[in-house]
Amino acid sequence: MSRTAPDPEALLSVRDLEVTFGSGDRVVHAVNGISYDLAPGETLGIVGESGCGKSVSSLAIMRLLPKPAARVRSGSVILEGQDLLDLSDEEMRRIRGDQMAMIFQDPMTSLNPVLPIERQLTEVLETHRKLKRSGAVDRAVELLELVGIPAAKNRLRDYPHQFSGGMRQRVMIAIALACDPQLLIADEPTTALDVTIQAQILELMRTAVTERGTALILITHDLGVVAGMAQRINVMYAGHIVERATTDELYGRPRHPYTVGLLRSIPRLDEGRGELVPIQGQPPDLSRQIIGCPFADRCFNVLDRCREEMPPLEQAPSAADEHLVACWNPAEGERLVPSGFESELAS
Amino acid sequence: MTAEATIPASAAGASSEPLLRTDTLRVHFPITEGILFERRVGAVRAVDGVSLEVRRGETLGLVGESGCGKSTFARAVIRLVDATEGSIHFDGTDVTRLTGDPLRRMRRRMQMIFQDPYASLNPRMTIGSMLAEPLRVHGLAKGEQAMKRARELIEIVGLPRNALNRYPHEFSGGQRQRAGIARALAVQPEFIAADEAVSALDVSIQAQIVNLLSQLQSEFNLTYLFIAHDLSVVRHISDRIAVMYLGEVVELSPSRELYERPLHPYTVALVSAVPIPDPKVESKRKRMILRGDVPSPANPPSGCRFHTRCWLRRELGDPERCTVETPELRQLAPEHGVACHFAEELAGNERRDQLVTAAAAHSNVRDTDADEPAKPTGASAAPASDPDSFFPGDVSHH
Ligand SMILES: Nc1ncnc2c1ncn2[C@@H]1O[C@H](COP(=O)(O)OP(=O)(O)O)[C@@H](O)[C@H]1O
Ligand SMILES: Nc1ncnc2c1ncn2[C@@H]1O[C@H](COP(=O)(O)OP(=O)(O)O)[C@@H](O)[C@H]1O
Ligand code: SF4
Ligand SMILES: [Mg+2]
Ligand SMILES: [Mg+2]
Repeated sequence: MSRTAPDPEALLSVRDLEVTFGSGDRVVHAVNGISYDLAPGETLGIVGESGCGKSVSSLAIMRLLPKPAARVRSGSVILEGQDLLDLSDEEMRRIRGDQMAMIFQDPMTSLNPVLPIERQLTEVLETHRKLKRSGAVDRAVELLELVGIPAAKNRLRDYPHQFSGGMRQRVMIAIALACDPQLLIADEPTTALDVTIQAQILELMRTAVTERGTALILITHDLGVVAGMAQRINVMYAGHIVERATTDELYGRPRHPYTVGLLRSIPRLDEGRGELVPIQGQPPDLSRQIIGCPFADRCFNVLDRCREEMPPLEQAPSAADEHLVACWNPAEGERLVPSGFESELAS
Repeated sequence: MTAEATIPASAAGASSEPLLRTDTLRVHFPITEGILFERRVGAVRAVDGVSLEVRRGETLGLVGESGCGKSTFARAVIRLVDATEGSIHFDGTDVTRLTGDPLRRMRRRMQMIFQDPYASLNPRMTIGSMLAEPLRVHGLAKGEQAMKRARELIEIVGLPRNALNRYPHEFSGGQRQRAGIARALAVQPEFIAADEAVSALDVSIQAQIVNLLSQLQSEFNLTYLFIAHDLSVVRHISDRIAVMYLGEVVELSPSRELYERPLHPYTVALVSAVPIPDPKVESKRKRMILRGDVPSPANPPSGCRFHTRCWLRRELGDPERCTVETPELRQLAPEHGVACHFAEELAGNERRDQLVTAAAAHSNVRDTDADEPAKPTGASAAPASDPDSFFPGDVSHH
């Protein structure tokens, strides 16, 4: 895939993106040459365990990586024909908040604690939409109502800490949507929330992006969350995309041994007490050089070749649609039924 | 490790008396005002009248939204925080007000493992000395004997042998949790309260620890109180589950029954909110999205504490009983208690059956007429045509 040209139909094309931290004898290889496309209005899930590069690759897209710690070694991030990595900081500021926006697990990382939320909303509108003050305030109320803040008008002067966690995330979403971006990146937006509040926020996000045709990159470690939200999913491991498929394909016929392992590790609410099959071991240290497949040490399908050469991300044999996998010996793709499920159904 | 070294004597002769029993346990934290003269102006009713039993060898799961009192209950039970009212019996003995030596002896038998083992592990101690320390404190072993026991322990929890001489910061999250478990096991407890012990771990590591806990339970005949906000994990590991809301137990049931035939409207909402890692199921599911946040435990609603968010009450036309009368936990099915005046309405309630996953997974119903259940989810969900539907029906109006 890395050799293919950016898809002209795509809203976003990431190519060969490589990000490292540090220098000298301790370089962390956080993102190792990832490539993917995102269609306008599409919801893409990015899943994988902590440290696999989900946040760093997305911050690179937003050009929000910490400087000078992080270094984009190579690659391109093409949004509507324009390579964001070529833009000046000033040009980037104009695009951020306007064409693309990002929300985080902890809304406090992007909300200003000493500014009433009104100001934080109107600022975006005044900067990008050149709205006059009064118009911006009206629009701010509209947006807060849109995201379900009760009595929105009376809460404009409130500070972020006066809102509950769920309500704060709603305010974040209102700010992110203020200028109708074509691309919204949500990095673990519900991870810190209770499951009841998570359901509220996911429903809000789903409606918002569907109605506005916003493309959404939803980053999560929770395979349940993306199952109901995303049309397509990238599975990341050790800074690589190791599998990419439509949501139905990925859960129905997972090919990468890592994806198979993830799905077998999670207990399901609607299934019985069958044994969980954990993935043995732990992810590799990204500051060491990895030769071959980074999953080899934990893999149930490992071959000699796996330890010598990194498998390219390629179309899986006999798969319907686009189903890419980076593996020398992919799983067959049988539907996964955890052991113990059948017996419980029968009882 | 040898069996005789680890099976607690009292557990060998199984009795029908539950290992742990609380009776209308209350833990209130005072809210004070004033600096020179502190005045008590109220109380956070963190645990407010909880009567539960944990049977020998079972796992009792405890679920509920954050702030509902799960941790406080666990801490009260193992005497890390004092009960305000009510009683705690452990192995037939009233331990509610034990102090001094008797308390220390009792403490050996009940241990806790935490979400962040790092916080409970001393960063300046090697894992080896950390494991030996409680043995010394409780007079169980010392010197070479304690080190031998420490070696046994790290093997039991699956840590590499060289872990003994290493410090907590040298370990990954999963390994640290193994160390935390080893430390809890060191004193050969009968009862372990696991408070979000696997919540911070990645799923593949979480599965390793969940399996380890199950294995240890059968090997050492342990009794668990298992707290987690992830209902799928709790279902997986628990025999019975108690659902808490604002300091009270609102439902108590065998694990599987709780998820398939919940009798409290709050449980129905919780269960329906849990995402299932299967797009086929998700695209057919419906959700009961609760309005707003949990009210403050310092000032809980009157009558049934859930009434401000209760969808069943609204469905029934806001009966007054919910706001004036506190529902008791009633036994409605064998082993199945529920604290809701109208729980009978839920048994066989079609809406309930559509909302709980087991039913959703095997039926095809879609329902868009009501305002609360969310639209069908998933990749195949059609864009909503009604512009008002942008405003989801899940907002609180207080
Ligand atoms: N500021 C930083 N300095 C050094 N390394 C970092 C920094 N931020 C992230 N990393 C490393 O980059 C890798 C990817 O991190 P991240 O993208 O945050 O993972 P994820 O979001 O998938 O959990 C990790 O190994 C992490 O340790
Ligand atoms: N030491 C304390 N002092 C005052 N309030 C507390 C204390 N510990 C917990 N609380 C309050 O008690 C309630 C229950 O908390 P907790 O038991 O931690 O809930 P959970 O574990 O279910 O999230 C919360 O409102 C919390 O803020
Ligand atoms: S390439 Fe080899 S080691 Fe890597 S996942 Fe596939 S089979 Fe396993
Ligand atoms: Mg991250
Ligand atoms: Mg807690």
